[in-house]
This record gives sequence, structure tokens and C-alpha cells, in this order.
Amino acid sequence: MLFAKSKPSLIVVIATLLVFSLVVTVLSEGYGTGVLSTSFIKTLGKTLCLCLAALAMDLVWGYAGILSLGHMAFFALGGYMIGMWLMYARTAEIVTTALAGGGLPATPAEIQDGITSQIFGVVGTSELPFIWGFAHSFPLQMLLVVLVPGLLALCFGWLAFRARVTGVYLSILTQAMTLALALYLFQNDSGLRGNNGLSGLQNLPGLSSTSQDSLSIWFFWASAAALGLAYLLISWVVSGKFGSVIRAIRDDEARVRFLGYSVEGYKLFVFILTAVICALAGALYYPQAGIINPAELAPTASIYLAVWVAIGGRGRLYGAIIGAAFVSLLSSWFTGGRAPSIPLVFGTLNWVDWWQVLLGLSFVLVTLFAPKGIGGLFDSLAGLHSPNRRGAPLGPNDGSLQEKEALK
Amino acid sequence: MRVLPFVLAVLAWMFFGAFATVQADTAQSVLTTNTALVERASRQTIAPVIAALVESGDEMVPAILEAWADKRLGLRKADGVYLLIRAEGDNYATRSLDGQDLGLAPKSDITELKPNAGVRGLIATALVQFNLSSKDTAKRVAALDSIATDPNADALTPLRASIENEPDTALKDRKQRLERLLTLRFDPDSAARVAAIESFGTDTQLDLRAALNPLLSTKRVAVEGAAPEGANIANTLKIDEDITSNQAYGQLVDASLVPARLTVADQRAALLANLKDGVVGGLPLAKLNTQSARDRAYTALETQGLARVAATENEIAATLAKYQFFDIYDERDPAVTDAARDALRAIDQNVGLMRAADLGLDGLSLASIYFLAAIGLAITFGVMGVINMAHGEFITIGAYTGYVVQQWISDYTISILVALPLAFAITFGLGVAMERLVIRFLYKRPLETLLATFGISIALQQILKNIFGTQARPLTSPAWLDGAWMLNDVVSISYIRVAIFVLALLFLGVFLWIIKRTRLGLEVRAVTQNPTMAASMGINPDRINMLTFGIGSGIAGIAGVAIGLFAKVTSELGSDYIVQSFMTVVVGGVGNIWGALAGATMIGGLQKTIEWLNPSNTLAAQTYMILFIILFIQFRPRGIIALKGRAAGD
Amino acid sequence: MKLSRRAFLATSIAAFTAPAVAFAQEDTIKVGVLHSLSGTMAISETTLKDTMLMLIEAQNAKGGLLGKKLEAVVVDPASDWPLFAEKARELLTVSKVDVMFGCWTSVSRKSVLPVIEELNGLLFYPVQYEGEESSKNVFYTGAAPNQQAIPAVDYFLDELGIEKFALLGTDYVYPRTTNNILEAYLISKGIAKEDIFVNYTPFGHSDWSKIVGDVVGLGADGKKVGVISTINGDANIGFYKELAAAGVTADKLPVVAFSVGEEELSGLDTSNLVGHLAAWNYFMSADTPENAAFIADWKAFIKDDKRVTNDPMEAHYIGFNMWVNAVTSAGTTDVDAVSAAMIGQKFPNLTGGVSEMLPNHHLTKPVLIGEIRADGQFDIISQTDPVPGDAWTDFLPESAVLEADWKDLKCGMYNTQTKTCVQLTSNY
Repeated sequence: MLFAKSKPSLIVVIATLLVFSLVVTVLSEGYGTGVLSTSFIKTLGKTLCLCLAALAMDLVWGYAGILSLGHMAFFALGGYMIGMWLMYARTAEIVTTALAGGGLPATPAEIQDGITSQIFGVVGTSELPFIWGFAHSFPLQMLLVVLVPGLLALCFGWLAFRARVTGVYLSILTQAMTLALALYLFQNDSGLRGNNGLSGLQNLPGLSSTSQDSLSIWFFWASAAALGLAYLLISWVVSGKFGSVIRAIRDDEARVRFLGYSVEGYKLFVFILTAVICALAGALYYPQAGIINPAELAPTASIYLAVWVAIGGRGRLYGAIIGAAFVSLLSSWFTGGRAPSIPLVFGTLNWVDWWQVLLGLSFVLVTLFAPKGIGGLFDSLAGLHSPNRRGAPLGPNDGSLQEKEALK
Repeated sequence: MRVLPFVLAVLAWMFFGAFATVQADTAQSVLTTNTALVERASRQTIAPVIAALVESGDEMVPAILEAWADKRLGLRKADGVYLLIRAEGDNYATRSLDGQDLGLAPKSDITELKPNAGVRGLIATALVQFNLSSKDTAKRVAALDSIATDPNADALTPLRASIENEPDTALKDRKQRLERLLTLRFDPDSAARVAAIESFGTDTQLDLRAALNPLLSTKRVAVEGAAPEGANIANTLKIDEDITSNQAYGQLVDASLVPARLTVADQRAALLANLKDGVVGGLPLAKLNTQSARDRAYTALETQGLARVAATENEIAATLAKYQFFDIYDERDPAVTDAARDALRAIDQNVGLMRAADLGLDGLSLASIYFLAAIGLAITFGVMGVINMAHGEFITIGAYTGYVVQQWISDYTISILVALPLAFAITFGLGVAMERLVIRFLYKRPLETLLATFGISIALQQILKNIFGTQARPLTSPAWLDGAWMLNDVVSISYIRVAIFVLALLFLGVFLWIIKRTRLGLEVRAVTQNPTMAASMGINPDRINMLTFGIGSGIAGIAGVAIGLFAKVTSELGSDYIVQSFMTVVVGGVGNIWGALAGATMIGGLQKTIEWLNPSNTLAAQTYMILFIILFIQFRPRGIIALKGRAAGD
Repeated sequence: MKLSRRAFLATSIAAFTAPAVAFAQEDTIKVGVLHSLSGTMAISETTLKDTMLMLIEAQNAKGGLLGKKLEAVVVDPASDWPLFAEKARELLTVSKVDVMFGCWTSVSRKSVLPVIEELNGLLFYPVQYEGEESSKNVFYTGAAPNQQAIPAVDYFLDELGIEKFALLGTDYVYPRTTNNILEAYLISKGIAKEDIFVNYTPFGHSDWSKIVGDVVGLGADGKKVGVISTINGDANIGFYKELAAAGVTADKLPVVAFSVGEEELSGLDTSNLVGHLAAWNYFMSADTPENAAFIADWKAFIKDDKRVTNDPMEAHYIGFNMWVNAVTSAGTTDVDAVSAAMIGQKFPNLTGGVSEMLPNHHLTKPVLIGEIRADGQFDIISQTDPVPGDAWTDFLPESAVLEADWKDLKCGMYNTQTKTCVQLTSNY
């Protein structure tokens, strides 16, 4: 692992993740002392998945310079794909037991009808939509977790990069993509239960006797492992020649193209890779969250993802993780109703009412005064400075930017 | 089916009320004897009471009926006497049913009768004969309204009688029209009906179609052998062409002419019923887990005579061949149905054209709303290249400004006139503040303005929520904007939408004037194209940027007032429009106001067209519209109207 | 670098666990309030949070419950459905609440269901909903379809003589299921399928001109048209404004709404909408002493004389009082004991009459139909006797055979044909 030497943060992050996971397990309700409640373990597990998505976002934005504001669409698609299997398999169990009590042994058609009416009865459909064709099989549906978002990213990316849609336009286009997908899924006729979404995902089929205390730890470990592996993978991707090329694309796309590199190919690869990572993160996230519905694809969700990366510090992989963890845990705390109200002269500051204001203003402050984000603090602690990338000198107000970025 | 309750009601009335009618001569006694029916009046049961009132001959009956419909009839709790009442503070001013003043009575002593809309309709129908020739124009209008909503044969004669002496020409026209509408439906003379139908030509009004269509209502019948004698046949149906064999068989089943087909549930029940010692029809229970095994077991049961013999496909086809299927007009007169069909065919063609025109108006209206929402953005994003995610919140602030102004100024016209400039001023100020405090540091980092302004957007939205609460606030348009401009019953558009359209045009004009004809516009264009060169020419780019951003934000504020007038005013008002607005600007082409206009027109028109193609699902229209935009941008990345030359930048 | 990251983690864990420890020390009965205070649903749900706080305060003033004080634990699921499940788990396992009052949308309830069934919690759900559900752990204090939609349609058929129906709804599960039930019901009443027009619009829809035009055009075949609206929340404002602009009066084209109450009308000028209808189990204009006292308490609590009351508030009022009585009679807050004691609880509702909790966890409630007045209130023009809530509708073939009974059958989804309990947990 030669590249590990050029990435000192890698060992630190993996080790921290390992220690953190062990500590959490020891303190958990399922396997330890029970200091941490299961709901908090689930929050931590979900946060790890969000960190994973943020990591992907950092690769596509921080390294390749593509500000995609649609990556949560891939995240949710991954969740939908795994959710279809979870829901189908769980319902199949229930239906088979119920039909067994009916006198005659059930025919396949009866079981199918039973499952359909259980899943779709609430939304008024009586036929299983064709997109559920693979839902009975775990391996096929797992394949779809990767394939569906990957193909969407391929189609969208190919069209967009080929047409040389860049910068702000691409951001708006990705917003449109996630909005279109959300609106499509909101429709009842989409075959994914419309606004109701897929629910009850935390109950794993075949494991009804396993308590959520244990399941939450399993998923926590799975999420931690996925995050660790993805960190390894992405560190490797950005460390070699490939990494240099995508950074070069970020800094000056035209120059890289003139040097003979297939800019579109590189961008497309990064776009698809990050989409797939997001999808896997989603596939781990939603069984812990328990329900997925189209609101998860709202355009703002993807903007939040970008904001996490910005707050953590883009262009630094650990920055993305810190940003995602910090903001999502903080918001979870503030909405939990346990943040103490602060009495002020003119009234009480109720955090439920005001924390979003605080969050919004902190985005502004970070963008203005700490363009390197929280990750930048580590740099200054470690005494690191940005390498001279031979850009023209910029004024003090332009922060971490290089010449091309600044002039754009 | 719904006749039954009516018959029951009549019977009930005869039982309870017949005695009353014999000696009833005052309204009071009619009401008192039927008090159970009157207190909880229902359309199903009240008709005989109203009829009895009318027949009682009491002079006060029209007044009493009117009072009843207006919720001015009361029942004194103490002795069950009916009174005419009028609310006066905590009391009712009461009069007896023969018109004598009985003074004030506290509200708690009297039950106010609240007839529902169905009962009110019956009352209105009963009043028609009194009011058609009334001196009070309002009453005559009410009588005509009643005939229009509940056309019936009884109204024809009094209506005809009242036309002659009608003084008001407009009302006279209306009476004549109504008379013809009633004639074509209820006149016993076939020729008169056909003449009435033909007199309308290709009139597209709804009431005409509503009168003609019932004449063409059909019933589907299955007949063994020839067509029924004297029936006015609309259509002879061929199986597999006009009607599937399943439908045809279903028709026969419904008419109890043939037994129903065997369903899976029936089969299952039959198998279960014949289950003995784990075996049914020769097959062990465990094997019955496929449909074919069940079919075999059932066939075995059939042959043993243990189950009903289910018809096979061949038998069904043979049965169907014996029957003929017809659609038969309920109206027995072929001359009338022919005339009605021809008239409707011509009308429908006309209506189709009108529909297209109406769709065009709707599309135009939606386009103007999108344009209004996007025009501010076309300035800040299109001209300055700044992505302002808080644009939506500026729209919201504009709408809330309108609401707050209405709290202070109760005259809606004045309040709107005050609100428009005030909204501009407030959002202009906010825009300038935002530009000075945040955006000017980020001109070189456009992607990061997106994040910073997104932060401002969620902060502003939450602040608005904290100030105004989460409930929607009323923003009422002035009375002269109420209602709609109606060309006919098909083509219409509400005045508020017309006003928005005009406002959008106005802004287009103002914007063009500022950019093309003023010093400021010149400087804006200069700074946009080359800030360094502009600065060396003595233009202060900072000032220009600040003003441009302020104007863009100010226009968003005005758009907010307009949008708030036709939709809801909540803290999320603006965020509904933000992505659409960005797409409008991007689709149209950045840096050009005409682009925003083209983009809005395309998006609005497209959305309405898709809605028209799929009327039951509005969400689908929005989805496909966005999908179309995504594809469109792939092929025209710079939008409909792309800047050319050096101004286009990279 | 290593150190500061550790430190960050340590503080964050401490921050999360510390309040949980602090909570366990006091001896109170905890009532969880699970209503969105931010996001799109906050418009409706914050009112219910305030209602709960008012009811709890009033109960404490009366001396609490079982000699202990009640303590409200308010969380904010922020209109985010997965967050509902997370917050419910947090309430049950961290705050250890004895009962929860909450949710508004069906999807939020479906999100919470698996959690409370797993952890055996207790939820009071106060909003009219689509039925087709009966959970052991939920008490449904809002109306089932037969307590709101069906009587309203009957009113249309019998009183107004409507022959053609436009079912307009927001595209989510409540309108979808309700419209399915209504369609089956109307067909059983002899209305042809072609005479039922269905349209779904997205949440917060504002461009209504075409839909209103389409509905008006339905009258072209001479049948009397009525609109049944399951349009949700603030989309109603645009809809009613467009109706008023198009001159659609209640005489020509009556609209009955299932999600429009006093709260929604307060965002509108209703002078052009007089006569349009709404069906609920409660109207603020109900003329009873209990209601007058409730309104006075509410206005005093919220310190705003203009605030209105609405149907879900009454549902919470009934639900909370029934729970208090059930806890008193059970002598404990244990969920199973309280659930058993809940069935058969009677409490006077605010419109006169008495509500009773049925074995299927639904209430008996009177159905009221009101006409909109110019002041934003409703004139009650029809009030039925209390109707027992039916969890499984009789008008859809799949659910007609199902029954819920938690007293004798101990099953929320009992098939009366096969005489088996289809499943003990709910569909979600």
C-alpha cells in the first residue's frame, strides 16, 4: 500500500473508525453496557452512511470539480432498491403464514396476489408493477442497488459531459434531475407507493426474532466497514496519476483536454463511481432509518450534502467525513428537544425555532471566512500550507482558490 | 333506486301530515304539524311540507319560505311556535308568521332553522311561481337561477307566462333562453322541441350542452332475438368490436340471464367444501398448490356432480351468439335525438377549438407567473452570474409584506398599491445588504455563492416562520380583481391572472427600458461584460453590482405580492418556485431578458399541454416537463436564446 | 490531530448521553409529543403540540395523574418521515415516555408503527385517515372513512342530488385510499364509473385554473356535479381562490372538503366561498358549554384571541382525557394495562354526545357537515348520531372480510371468512 504513505490521514482515519466502532459496541445495549441507547446507535450508523455519501461528494466536487447537486438521488435510489427486496421478502413471509391457515395450500398466484395487495393495497393498485420483477431475489436486487443508480449516472453524465455542460449549469441540471426523479416517485403510478414510500425496512426478513438492539450494531459495523473501505478506495483513486488528472480537470478543464486526455471519460468515471458509492450508502442507510419516501430526494437534500462537504473542508477526504458527522449529529441533537433553551433579556431562545437560523448563518460564515472548512483547522494545527500550484497570485480575499477557479 | 326514500317520505307524510292538510289554512299550523320534518329538514322528506305550505293559500307563504331559506325562520323552544327572526346582537327581533311584531327575544330561547342546500333548492323551486313576475328584480333573478339549476317541466308554463311583461331586457333575454332550454327538454310537442334545439345553432354555453346531453342518454340492453318494438336505437353493438365478450357476458350476468363465471374464490370454496380426509376430487390436499391441479380437482368434482358446472369458453361464445346487444336512447322520439345529436356534433367541434384557446390562456398565465418569479433571477443570475438561492425567500418576503400592509390598511385597493412599492423597497434593501455583506466577497467563486445564499435561504425561511407562524396568512385581492373574464363557458381566465400577466409585461418593459435606455443600464452592461475595463472608464463596479442585485431582489418582492394574491402565503411560498425559476432562466438562455421570457413561455405552455394530455395527474405533467428540460439543455446547453460573440464568455 | 478528533467524539457522546441520564432521576409520568414543528407539516402540527401542552398543563393543575406530575417531552420530527421513526424510538427508549400523542400524515404514522409495535409503545393518532389499519399500539381518535367520507357522500347523494362526482386530491395515500373507497361506494350506489372524475395534484399545488375549468366542464352532460376534495393543507388556498374567481358558487357546484377546517380557512377570505361544505366530527361553531369552555381555555393558553380550534384538536382532547381515565382506572401507566382499560372508555365530546373507544381502537363520533360562513366559521347543517369507526371498510372487497377486535379476538386484521388472524403486526 504505497499510496498510504502519501496519505498520512488514511491510517489515522481507519484507526479512529475502528476504535470508535469498538467503543460504541462496548457501550451499546445489544452487546455491551447499554450506556448508548439503540436509537443513538442507529443515529450513529446512519451518520456513518451520510459520511460515506459525503466522501463520494468530496471526490466528485472537491477533487473533480463537478458540483453535483443531485447525488442524494443516487443515495435514495440505492435505498429504494434494497427497500423493495426488504419489503417484498418481509411481506412474503407474512402472506405465506397467513395463507397456510386458509385450508388449501396456496398457489404461487395466490401468494403473489397476497403480497401485492399487502404492499399496494394502501395505494389502491392490485397488480405488481413490473419494476418489482426482481424483488423476490436478494442477489438480483442487490445487483440493482449498484446498476440502477450507476446506469442513471451513466446516462445523465454522458449527456451532460458530452454537451460540455459545466459549472453552475451542471449544478442546476443535477438539481433538475433529482427534482424530476422525486416528482416521478411521488406519483402513485410510479409503482413505488408514491408519497407513502417503502416502510418497515428495519425489520429484516427471516430475522424477526432478532432484536433491534443487535441489528443496530450489525448495521453500524456494516456502515463503518463500508466507510473504511470507501475511504481506502477513494484515497487510492485520488493518489495516483488518475488523481492528478481529475484535479487538473478541476483546475483547468480545457488545458487537460488539449493535453490529449479524455476529459469526458474521466468525469464520467468519477460521476458513476461516486453515484454507486452513494447508492451503497443509501442501501445501508434506509434499513436503519426504516422508511424511504420521495421527500428524501428533495433538491435541498443534495444541497445539504454539498454544504456538509464545504463545512468539513472540500478537497480533503477526512474533511467530508467530519463535516457530515458534525452537522448531522448537531441537527439531530437540536431537533431532539433536549437542547436547553437559553433565556435572554427579551424572551427565551428556543432551539427548535432557531437552530436552522444558526445552521444557515454558519454556512454563510464558513463560506466567507473559512473556505477550507473544519478540515482547514487541522492544516493549521499541523502547520501545513497549500502547495504552490503555480497559479497567478491572488489577493487575500480569495482564500484557498487557484487562479482558474477564482477567475471563473 | 333513489325513488324509494321519496316514496317512503310521501307515505310518512301522508300518515303524519294528511290530517293536517285537511284543516290547514295557516302556514303556522302546517309547520307545526310537520315540525319533526321541518326541524331536521331533508331534501328526501321535506317536499310534501313545502307543497302543503304553498297550497295552504296563506298570503305570507312566499315571505316565510324566503325567510326559511335565508336562515331567518326560528322555532321558539318553549311552545314550538315558528317565528320570523332577525339577529340583533344577543337577541332576535321576532315577528309572528302573520307578520305581527313580537319584539326581542334572547337567542337562547329560539332555535334557528338551518335548512341545507338541498332543502333550499326545493324552497327556491317552490318560490319560482311567486317570483317570476315579482316587482323585485333580485327575486326574479333568483327564480331564474333556480330554474337554471333545477330545470323541471313544471316551470315551463309560469316561465312562458312571465316573458311577455318582463320590463328588463337582459332578464327578458335570459327568460327566453331558459324557455327554449326547457322547451327542448320538456315540451310535449316534438316539432317544438326540434325547433328549439335548432334555434341555438352552435352555441357553446354549458347550459345548452347540459340540456342536450341528457336527451342522448342511452341504456345498454341484451335481447334474445330481434330489437324491442318501438325502441329508439342508438347503436347495435357487435361483439369484439364495440364490446368485448367479457363485457357482453357480464351484461347477461347482470341481467340474471346466465349464471356468473367461476371465480378463483368460488373454486376455492367449492374445493374446501368437498374436502374429505385430506383428499378432494381425487387429489391429495398437499398437491393443490398450483392452479392447474385445482382445475383438475374441480373438473373431477363437476363430473361427480358435486360442484356447479362452470361454463367453458365455447359455451360462453354460443350463449352470446343467441343475444343481440343494443344501446337504446331513453328519449323515445327519434326526431329529437337526431336533432340533438347533430347539434351536439357541431357544438363539440366548436368547444374543441375553445378548449384549445382556453388551454392557451392557461399556459400564458402560467408562463407569466414563472416569468414574474424568474425575472429577478434573470437579472441576478443571468446578468451578474450570481446564484441567489435566497431568491425564493425574497418572493416570500414580498408576499408577507402584502399581508402586513393589509393588517394596517383595510382598503384592499390602497393596500395593494402601498404594498407593491413597499415590497420592492424592503427586498431591495435586503438584496443590497446581502450583496454588501456576503456576495461581493464571492464574485470570483460562483459555486460558493450558491452555498452561502442557500444558508441565507434556510435562515430567512426559519426567521419568517418564527415571526409569522406556520399558518398560511390571508392576502386578499381587491374586489375589482375578483371574478374572471369569461368569453364563454369554456374560455375564461381570472382577473387576478390577467393582472399578473400585465404586471409581467410591465416589468419586461421596465427592464428593457432600464438596460437599453438609461445610464444605469449602460453601466450594468459594461460591468457585466468587462468589469476591469468598465472600472477604468470611471464606472464604479461595486456600486453597479449593488444596484443591479438590489433591483433583481426588489422585483422578486413585487412578484411575491402578485403570487401571494392567487396562491397561499406561507414561509414556503418562494421555495416552491426556486428550482423552476432557475430552470426558466437556464432554458431561456442566460444574460438575456428575452431568454427568460422564452423559457417561461416554453415551460408554461409545455406543462399545460402535458396536463391536457393526462388530465388526471398533474404531477406527471411537472415530471415530464422537467425531464424535457434536462434533455433540452443537453442539446442546447446555452438555452433558447444564446448570447453570441465575446459577451457569451467562455 | 488524533487528539482533537478523539476529543470531538468524546464530547459529542457526552452531549448525547448526559441529558438521558438527567431525565431518569425525576419521578413524573412522561407524555411524548411527536408533532412536526418545522418543515411542511408544521403548519398543521404545531397547533396540536400546543393543544397537548395545554391539556397537560390543565391536568397538572388538577393534581396530575396517579399522584405524579405529567411531563411533556416535545420533539421535532421536522416533517421528515424517517425522523418520525427515529424520534419515536428516542422517546420510548431514551426519554422512556409512557404514552405518545402525535403524527399527522399517514406516512408519518406508517413510519412510527414498526417502532412502537416492536417496543410496545402507545400512540394516540388524532387525524382523520384512510382506515385499513388497526394496530395494537395505536388508538385512532380521528375519523375513519365511514365517519367522514361516506356520510359526506351520502349527503351529496341524498340532500343535494349530485349525479356526477369530481374527486380531487393531493397525491398521497389518504386521498388515494379514500377515493378508492368512495369510488367503490358510489358505484354501489348506482353512479356510473364514467361519472366519477379523479385528479391528483402535488403537495402545495397552486396553479388550479385548468382543473377548476375541467370540473366546471363536467356539467356539460346535464348531470349535477359535486366536488369531493381531499386536497391537503395550503394547496387548498389556491384552490378556493380559483373557485371564487371562476364564480363557482355552492349552488352550482358544491365542494365538500375533508381536510379543510377553521385553521385552513383562516388563511383565506371566505366571503366568496359561502355555502361550500366540509365534513368533520367537530366544528368550532358547535354550540355546547363544553366547547365554549374549550375554546376559552385555548385562547387563554395561546394568548391570541383570533386563534381557532379544529377537529384534530378535539381528537387530542378526547384521546388525552380517555387516556387519563384509563390510567386512573388501571392504576398504572403500563401499556398493556392501559390499552385494555382504554377499550370501552367513554368521554363526552365537544359537540354534545359521548364518544366511546371501540375494541378496534377507533372512536364512535358524530359526523357533522358544515357550510362555510363569511367569517371563516362553519354553519353546522347536519349532525348524525355517533357513528362507530370502522377500521376496515366494507366497500372494498379485500377489506370487507376483515375485522379488528383487540378485546376478544386480540387481532387487528381478522379474516371473518377463513376465521383466522391474518397478521398481528400492522401493514406498513
